[in-house]
Amino acid sequence: MNKFSTFKTKFNDLRWRMRNYKNDVKSLITNFFDKIYIGRIFKLNFFKGMLYLSPALILILIFTLYPIINSLLMAFYENYTPVDGMIDGFTLDNFKSVLKPGFLVAIKNTALIVFVSVPISVIISLFISVMLNSVKFLKSFFQTIFFLPYVTNTIAIGLVFSLMFDFDYGLINSILEFVGNTFVGDFFDLFGVTISPLHWKDSQATYATAMTTLLIYTIWGSLAFKIMVFTAGLQNIDKQYYDAAKVDGTSKWRIFTKITVPLLSPMIAYITITSFIGAFKSYTTVVALFGETGRTAGSVDLRTIVFYIYGYIMNGNALNPGELSRGAAASLMLFGIILVFTVIQMYVNKKRVHY
Amino acid sequence: MEVRLEGLTKQFTETIAVDNVSVTFESGKLIGLLGPSGCGKSTTLFMISGLLKPTKGKIYFGNDDVTNLAPEKRGIGLVFQNYALYPHMTVQQNIMFPLENLKLSRQEALERTKEMATLVGINELLDRKPAQLSGGQQQRVAIARALVKKPRVLLLDEPLSNLDARLRLQTREEIRRIQRETGITTIFVTHDQEEAMSISDKIIVMSKGLVQQEGIPQVVYNKPINLFVSKFLGNPPINTFDGKISNGKIIIGDIELGKTNCNDQNVVIGIRPEDFKVAEDGFEVSITDLSRIGRDTTVYFNLNGIETRALINSEEVSTVNKIKLKVKREKIHLFNPEAGDCINE
Repeated sequence: MNKFSTFKTKFNDLRWRMRNYKNDVKSLITNFFDKIYIGRIFKLNFFKGMLYLSPALILILIFTLYPIINSLLMAFYENYTPVDGMIDGFTLDNFKSVLKPGFLVAIKNTALIVFVSVPISVIISLFISVMLNSVKFLKSFFQTIFFLPYVTNTIAIGLVFSLMFDFDYGLINSILEFVGNTFVGDFFDLFGVTISPLHWKDSQATYATAMTTLLIYTIWGSLAFKIMVFTAGLQNIDKQYYDAAKVDGTSKWRIFTKITVPLLSPMIAYITITSFIGAFKSYTTVVALFGETGRTAGSVDLRTIVFYIYGYIMNGNALNPGELSRGAAASLMLFGIILVFTVIQMYVNKKRVHY
Repeated sequence: MEVRLEGLTKQFTETIAVDNVSVTFESGKLIGLLGPSGCGKSTTLFMISGLLKPTKGKIYFGNDDVTNLAPEKRGIGLVFQNYALYPHMTVQQNIMFPLENLKLSRQEALERTKEMATLVGINELLDRKPAQLSGGQQQRVAIARALVKKPRVLLLDEPLSNLDARLRLQTREEIRRIQRETGITTIFVTHDQEEAMSISDKIIVMSKGLVQQEGIPQVVYNKPINLFVSKFLGNPPINTFDGKISNGKIIIGDIELGKTNCNDQNVVIGIRPEDFKVAEDGFEVSITDLSRIGRDTTVYFNLNGIETRALINSEEVSTVNKIKLKVKREKIHLFNPEAGDCINE
């Protein structure tokens, strides 16, 4: 015991001396470099900072910045062959050839997904998280349930949805059939609406039913992350605001609109902007439901903009010169659309968000 | 509006925060609920507000039993410790917010808002956001918001604890003025005895969930009912000594302080620093330290092994290190050493 404690004291003493020595060396180096100016702006700290950043910077340069610039240029190449990198010059024809009727359908599909699914999913997730926040019993159990879709594979969920929306054995149609045979169905019959099984996504599906299936799937799949963000935001709101509102006899709805939403508005703004961008890029949802063709068996076209871009990339080989350029042109247009909407949103948020 | 608590008890899972409290808050008075942190004073306030449900007991506003009434139906104004002003609303919107839930015309609501803003003196700040206000101004907005509904009772939770020392003095006078002008029954919670003593019509001293003593501040100060109250009130705090009564004399060590009718027993003797007087026939002590602040001088000396403070008129203290002191009999507080209760003659 005694031996050990003397050893410990000695060891700590040594450590102390080493630290002193280290500090001496450090201050010596700093003092030395402080006297040297490498230009007026590029002081030593700049190079030091660059050194620490370099691993990330190098990767970003190779895999992000270079491709961005390259695709920007590629959009204007004429007859670009990726194998030998030969081009015939620069042109704007790529943009013209992208703008075919098919691409316009893709823009329409994408726009529907963006402007329907994002607002609905934001509103639904906001309500769910407010309700989750007010339950005490089994709170974390419910939170886990609502977060499950986030950790589940998109394609796997798509398969489940495909089954659920199946015409013959699907759960949705079973429910519709059941409800249609009850008094609810009779009630709707009075207005000329028949509740019966629908062709959601098979060969006889219409654009409306196929798109509805896709939208339901997109909304449901995007709820989880939003709920998590909103729940975290709600927990940061001071309970006293609610107590104060309660003392003043404020109704639940007014508390929600006048206190919760404004105090959560930075989160809502963040979620809306990122979801808009995400929805503009939607691709996997379509593949998960309708396969790689992006069409139903009855050839209802549900392809999105990104679908088109991928199509060009897959076709881009020596036999099809210029396909990659068309893909680049399409992605540049997508970038433009996203940029415009994000700028508009930022502008709106500046007026309506309370930070 | 008189507020009456009858056997009010609040039990949290493990602890009893408020234990069988029965007190009356007289109508139109400014009443301070005073006690160290964790004594149950805020819990009591929140039970009066209705935000907490009592485990047992009744709350009456006048003759109405409000025990099971929701907060909004009780007609109370509540000012929170950190004010809870809505950060995204302007001062005017904040004050008007409680009115939006009532059936009032906008014109009337605006008038009332103006009226309250004038009362608390924040007329020129109506368009600002809470973040642009100083602590004292935020406090005024919070009071205006609580008063704008014309509540029957105003409740303030630690109203001054978030302010700096100078603002605290100013704001407590302000609270006093507003209470006088509106004549509203006001209950405020504080752990600062000086604050409570200076503005309250009545103080209620609490400790460990129990009411220790209630009454007019000066009376509670002069006649503390037990050792806790005597120690809690007063700054600098009371000096306490282990002493005894023998043959009708109060004795600390070998010093005789005075006479009493009590039976012989061991006692805790409490003497407030300002109750020592310089007198030729007093007991002699040697001064260990002196600090002179204007009119008063704090004299430190050792009395029977206890570091003791005495506040003495500066003119009566010379730089000599011996001084003769005396204490008036009625200023000597005797307490039972076990129970801490005051021993009455």
